[in-house]
Amino acid sequence: MAALLEAQGLNKSFGAVTAAEGVTAAIEKDSVVGLIGSNGAGKTTFINMITGYLKPDSGSIRYEGRDITALAPRDIARLGICRSFQVPQLYSSLSVRENMLMALGIMLHNADLGGFFSFGRPSVPGHEAPAEDVADRILGRFGLSGYADRNAQVLPGGLRKLLDIALTMAARPRVLLLDEPTSGVSAQEKFGIMEVIMQAVKAEGATVIFVEHDMEVVSRFAGRVLAFYDGRIIADAPPEAALNDAEVRRYVVGGFHA
Amino acid sequence: MKPDRTPALLGTVLAAVVLGGLALPQWTLFILTIAFAQGLVVLGLMLLQRAGLVSFGQALYYCIGAYTAGGLGRAFGTGDLFVQMLAGAAAAALVALMLGFLLARYRGIFFGLLSLALSMIFYGLIVKSEALGSTDGMNLVKTTLFGVRPDAAWVRYAMAVAAACLALGAAFLTHRYLKTPLGRLGPAIKDNEIRVEYMGASVRYAIHVNYVIAATLAGAGGALAATSVGHIDPEMAYWTTSGEFVFIAILSGAGSVVAPFFGALVFGAIHTVAYDVSPNTWQMSMGAALLLAIVFLPDGLWSLFVRRRPG
Repeated sequence: MAALLEAQGLNKSFGAVTAAEGVTAAIEKDSVVGLIGSNGAGKTTFINMITGYLKPDSGSIRYEGRDITALAPRDIARLGICRSFQVPQLYSSLSVRENMLMALGIMLHNADLGGFFSFGRPSVPGHEAPAEDVADRILGRFGLSGYADRNAQVLPGGLRKLLDIALTMAARPRVLLLDEPTSGVSAQEKFGIMEVIMQAVKAEGATVIFVEHDMEVVSRFAGRVLAFYDGRIIADAPPEAALNDAEVRRYVVGGFHA
Repeated sequence: MKPDRTPALLGTVLAAVVLGGLALPQWTLFILTIAFAQGLVVLGLMLLQRAGLVSFGQALYYCIGAYTAGGLGRAFGTGDLFVQMLAGAAAAALVALMLGFLLARYRGIFFGLLSLALSMIFYGLIVKSEALGSTDGMNLVKTTLFGVRPDAAWVRYAMAVAAACLALGAAFLTHRYLKTPLGRLGPAIKDNEIRVEYMGASVRYAIHVNYVIAATLAGAGGALAATSVGHIDPEMAYWTTSGEFVFIAILSGAGSVVAPFFGALVFGAIHTVAYDVSPNTWQMSMGAALLLAIVFLPDGLWSLFVRRRPG
């Protein structure tokens, strides 16, 4: 069976810096893949290429057998490949619930003129429920119900991260790319946040690719690890094997474990 | 969810014009009609403002609407307000559709100055055009409403009521538009374009649509103003006219689709009184009024009617 998402020989350089060199990976449906590597190793570049923000210099990306390399970010998002951001990207002047409603409105109507001639509460196609109910359900899954009327700008860091991912879930993504979901979150909160994210994602049924620096988090949540170094994938294996790989230990995990 | 009070509010304003207009003197009816014309332009500016854009060139479409109305009279002898406003709106929409491909790429000061530049090019073209009356402009043919010429004593009243119907109708449609997913995008674009794109919406498309709607409203407003005044000249495209619209937009605030009309009426009233009291320094009075509004009502006059949200 063909993989859900396939990257084939991706190359990308910024001037003299090589951000991706022959990156090839196939992601199976319903898998949870952790991306590890030191800063500048090419993890975020990989995510940016898949979501269309960066175009690879060469190579191709296929989703369900279809070539999506040349598509714009919004078209890729509409296919069900969505991402969260390392720095939460929220609508800071809106409340938490309004953020969610905005996301539902954009993602499910493709921002058209739906509802111009209809009166009453708008329902969300695919969710078969009024938008407010869907918003409250997703917020509930992410433990944000108590903050629904707060302004997004004044949320604490960890909750901003959760809201950022909750917004992405509004589109019912098939593939969810999380760029450092636990960065900027205290060590005690990390596992709790990942737990919430993984449960919510599982409930909505999406394949997950996440970037993470904390190896404990990776080995607990990922089913498979892609280790990046210098724009290349140096290991592609289950967490146990990947984290014990000689190259990975030398370049990614750090010498003090040896 | 809060009940939508805007349709009721629009209906109340219309009823107030229909009934109150009977008691008002002729010259106030004229100010009222002009306020509806300007309010239409400012309503469009409000759409752009929601997305974080300020156009310093909305007079371009105001003037296109006015000259379309004037041209219709000259070419076909048509003086019907409804035909003129429809044609003015359509002409403005067509031009905005084309220019929008360029403007939707720009943000902030670049958007503002580019829109200003385009309106000044148009101003230059009309001034040079003998066929359009050059700097003298042209007079419009006598106004009819659905082919009927109102009695001279009633013409101002009939114009004000017709203007109210059309402008408030346009405000209602704009209000509906703001409830659609596309219409709601404005504040999201202002807040975070990256997020909007990654959610599968095109920011450029949304801005283009808002720009065309804003121009359509301005074109209709221009045609209404032209018919109401009975004379048009290139000043309608001059940058000071655009500035006046931005002035009214700031004065009004973006709280409701009714706000632009209220703001335009207050603007007209201050203008009239200031001009009457001191014809040589009326600009100073206008400036002071705007200064006071910005300092004490940063969210515009409309904030006077809105109870502040706690927190």
